[in-house]
Amino acid sequence: MEQHNNHTEHTHSYGIYILVWLALMTLTAVTVAVAGMDIGNFTVATALLIACVKAYLVLTIFMHLKQEGKTFFVFVLIALFFLIISFVLLFSDYSFQ
Amino acid sequence: MSSTEHIATAHVHRDDVGSRMGMWLFLFTEILLFGGMFFLYSVYRFQFAHEFHVAAKELNTIIGAFNTAILLTSSLTMVLAIIAIQRKQKTLSIVMQIITIGLALFFLVNKYFEWTAKIHHGIYPGSEELLSKDSGEILFYGLYYMMTGLHGLHVVVGMVLIGIMTRLTARNSITHDSYVRLENAGLYWHLVDIIWIFLFPLFYLIT
Repeated sequence: MEQHNNHTEHTHSYGIYILVWLALMTLTAVTVAVAGMDIGNFTVATALLIACVKAYLVLTIFMHLKQEGKTFFVFVLIALFFLIISFVLLFSDYSFQ
Repeated sequence: MSSTEHIATAHVHRDDVGSRMGMWLFLFTEILLFGGMFFLYSVYRFQFAHEFHVAAKELNTIIGAFNTAILLTSSLTMVLAIIAIQRKQKTLSIVMQIITIGLALFFLVNKYFEWTAKIHHGIYPGSEELLSKDSGEILFYGLYYMMTGLHGLHVVVGMVLIGIMTRLTARNSITHDSYVRLENAGLYWHLVDIIWIFLFPLFYLIT
């Protein structure tokens, strides 16, 4: 009966997921509304910030990262680290050309 | 009775955590695949800021926002399908999976109308109409077709995957006791959703 320990213990009810879905829909509405306003350079920053919050919600709640072991979290962090490193190197190269 | 059960299960080699970890590793390669295209996008957007703004005005924000809502909802139904199977609600799980596939199809139908409208206006890679525009706008549409096209391909793959899972659930191969395949299909589906979360503001909301 060792198998049972192999499962992620999902103690969530349906409710939390519907709540997160509502939050995601609201954030989508907000990002569309903000794009309509003229706030100069902040438009891109706001859009990306909202996208990151949405991605975080999907990763942690829908993809159950919060319930997985620490290893998964470290995995994702390392993957994101390399993505960010690539962006940083790309733009440091691009800016000095 | 319990001893025979124990012997029967002792031979089953299962590692659900390892299985999910493998799926995550695959998802990282997907992130880098799309990441490469986001690199291209970001550099060209800096280089051709004005042209990107002009070109993006042609895109239909309402269809884009609508498709975002569809994908977010399909992510919800996917996660509910997993909870349902955990609670031994097989029929509900199958219904949720079918709704997910239906929403994915809905997304693709919208995409089809969006693309055909563009193509009808003569805006497609290599068209005379497009080639007469500024190079920044050509790049914008090149990236638009490439990135949303590749994303669309992922949606198709996701539909097939979830379809297989629905079949396995119906055949009792995926049960409340063994559902890691459904979880992995879900992980894939959520990643497709995350990619769209970034594609949407970058292409549709830069007017």
